[in-house]
Amino acid sequence: MELDPLILSRIQFAFVVSFHAIFPVFTIGLASYIAVLEGLAFKTKNPAWVKLSAFWTKVFAVVFGMGVVSGIVMSFQFGTNWSNFSQASANFLGPMLSYEVVTAFFLEAAFLGVLLFGRDKVPPGVHLLAAVMVAVGTFISSFWILSANSWMHTPAGTEFRDGVFYVTSWSEAIFNPSFPYRFAHMVLASFLTGSFVVAGVSAWYLLKGREVEANRKALSMCLWLLLFIAPTQAVVGDFHGLNTMEHQPIKVAAMEGNWETSRNVPLLLFAIPDQENQTNHFEVGIPGLASFILTHEWDGEVPGLNEVPVEEQPPVAIVFWSFRVMVGLGLLMIAFAFAGLVLRAGGRYWQTPWFLQGLRLMSITPFIAVLAGWFVTEIGRAPWLVHGLMDHSQAVTPSLTGGMALFSLIGYIVVYALVFSAGVYYLMRVLYVGMEDSYLDEEPNADRPKRPFSAAHVSFEFDDNSTEKPLNQRGH
Amino acid sequence: MEMFDLVLIWAFIIGFGVIMYVVMDGFDLGMGILFPFAPTEEDRDTMMNSVAPVWDGNETWLVLGGAGLLAAFPLVYSTILPALYIGVFLLLAGLIFRGVAFEFRFKAHTSRYLWNWAFAGGSTVAAFAQGAVVGAYIQGFELTDRVYSGGALDWLTPFTILTGFGLLAGYALLGSTWLIMKTEGRLQEWAYKITTPLLLCVLGVFAIISIWTPFVDEMVKDRWFSTITVIWILPALTLLCAYQVFRSVRNRFEGWPFVATLGLFIFTYLGLIVSRWPYVVPPDITLWDAASAYESQLFLLLGLLFVIPIVLAYTAWTYWVFRGKVRAGEGYH
Repeated sequence: MELDPLILSRIQFAFVVSFHAIFPVFTIGLASYIAVLEGLAFKTKNPAWVKLSAFWTKVFAVVFGMGVVSGIVMSFQFGTNWSNFSQASANFLGPMLSYEVVTAFFLEAAFLGVLLFGRDKVPPGVHLLAAVMVAVGTFISSFWILSANSWMHTPAGTEFRDGVFYVTSWSEAIFNPSFPYRFAHMVLASFLTGSFVVAGVSAWYLLKGREVEANRKALSMCLWLLLFIAPTQAVVGDFHGLNTMEHQPIKVAAMEGNWETSRNVPLLLFAIPDQENQTNHFEVGIPGLASFILTHEWDGEVPGLNEVPVEEQPPVAIVFWSFRVMVGLGLLMIAFAFAGLVLRAGGRYWQTPWFLQGLRLMSITPFIAVLAGWFVTEIGRAPWLVHGLMDHSQAVTPSLTGGMALFSLIGYIVVYALVFSAGVYYLMRVLYVGMEDSYLDEEPNADRPKRPFSAAHVSFEFDDNSTEKPLNQRGH
Repeated sequence: MEMFDLVLIWAFIIGFGVIMYVVMDGFDLGMGILFPFAPTEEDRDTMMNSVAPVWDGNETWLVLGGAGLLAAFPLVYSTILPALYIGVFLLLAGLIFRGVAFEFRFKAHTSRYLWNWAFAGGSTVAAFAQGAVVGAYIQGFELTDRVYSGGALDWLTPFTILTGFGLLAGYALLGSTWLIMKTEGRLQEWAYKITTPLLLCVLGVFAIISIWTPFVDEMVKDRWFSTITVIWILPALTLLCAYQVFRSVRNRFEGWPFVATLGLFIFTYLGLIVSRWPYVVPPDITLWDAASAYESQLFLLLGLLFVIPIVLAYTAWTYWVFRGKVRAGEGYH
């Protein structure tokens, strides 16, 4: 079998970026949650808020650490596997990616240490400021990355000359047409992720009867927030879709499984797209609804895949199904948000076992929805890397062979499997140990700058009580 | 409009970032290289403690270098990374393993030996890969039409294997002199003992490279033997530093061996730069050929001028806070 470096590079990039993305998408939401908790603690002086904030800050530290480790790989992927793309787009993407890195370092240098280790060392107001600045920093970081990514979907403010993009207007390039929608969609997705994880973990603690007062507060907060952002996300997603239809109609055609441009297009609930024969099998749909959603008229015209040659179509099935996974999970999230509102009557939301069990399971769904959403937008752009201007085959590293790409792909899978299963396992340990002793393990010399993981004093092994160890063998 | 030659400013920034990375991550990689040979497990704890507060800050320079290279000298980024494809993978895999080992070793008890191996193995692979990169750089890269056109393992030659081992010894030397400065008692005694042999290894590789390089590349030979003679001051200073390491170890000085080793690295690095200046992707691409557009370099420079001083100040503060000796059983984590 001939190994294709192009397809292997695409798989590798999808793998490392998917792996990386799940960490920041959580920390962005969590950072804001921690800032709110700190604000409440500052204002009310209620120790429950402090307890919650101290616990979730530990979780934040571990997830942030894993995000940084996986991020190191990302900053070299463009050069190793997509060197022609790097060379062509560096005038714009180079500064964007550098600003992201610089923002992250600045954040770490100035405020993260204070947030993680400074609770008893700096005045409460300064600690609150650090929490707010960390949250702001995560937004600025995602601002640069999403601007760079959006530009690849809707390139603007640049001129393509002799195979190289030159920036003609920084503001047009940074605030390119799809950027505001993608940014809003992604920020809300981060909030949804943070909320559902906190809600799910709180629900689990409530089922176990652990730290009931603090976890009931946390759950209540999350449910209020979800009530607003889950439906808002559906609206923002719709606007994002309309923007995509304007700039990348073929992606929308793939999302809808619509092979021919036509009016009165049904919204397909189920279908098996058949790219070879340019048709769907086993279609189940609601007549006219796709037309209505996309054009706000029942007989509006929806673009079809037949508007471009077959070789310029994205792989339809994966885009079609990823889109349904994302939307389906989004609707499920809205359902849980409203169930939470109904169960508020009589305070049943924190005492109803099926609801709490459901929330527990829901905590994984935002991650799946986010990855599915990225699959839709990234695979839906295929065969283009920079929409309409540069395709994947022009972008890949010319000297790359199939063997090299296979070597690194397998290598990254092995490395990530080892390293991140250890990381996720450790995160589970932190959750298992819980917030009961959050207050007790603040260290005496905690005014010093430290690494993120050192914010969590949890032993790596399950059956090991670290307090029984002599001091020089302990973790601190 | 183009008042300054930004290319030179950027060359300085990237060059500064590279040497910051090399010397700073160098001593903590060296800690990993020496790790399996330490006298006792308690000494290993102390070794790790001595770099624990600073190592991740050290590695931020690598990420900044990668992103900065893409922004300021994209042709370097898009030709050298493909040329070193396998090496870059090994480097990153090594850094990931040792980074994670750093975090988990302190929290592990029964699985600690696994993290010891991950730390030592990851550090050694990463250091060797970096040394091979230096060698590949001296060798030059095969380009066709501004695109790398060589093979997957062109970077792995007897010459680059030698430079790989050279940097391995160099980082171990940085590590051992760091330990002399930061520890006391049995561990410090051990560090004194291994420093001189490590220095001899480094000098041996240094000598072979100096003799070999002119044969590897005609231009380097010209640079050293015909055009500019003032640059001979650099190898002279390197040797002076080496002598200072030797002398200060014999006199049981504590700070000097590390400082002299830093000098050894800096002068060797400068020697490497003058060998190739102004070529940044040897043998044919100059800094100016490889630079991105003026407006792009300017756009990023404005932000960096604001952030770099803060990162430097934070770095200095961290080292200041953790100054002094590390003792057994005392940690910061």
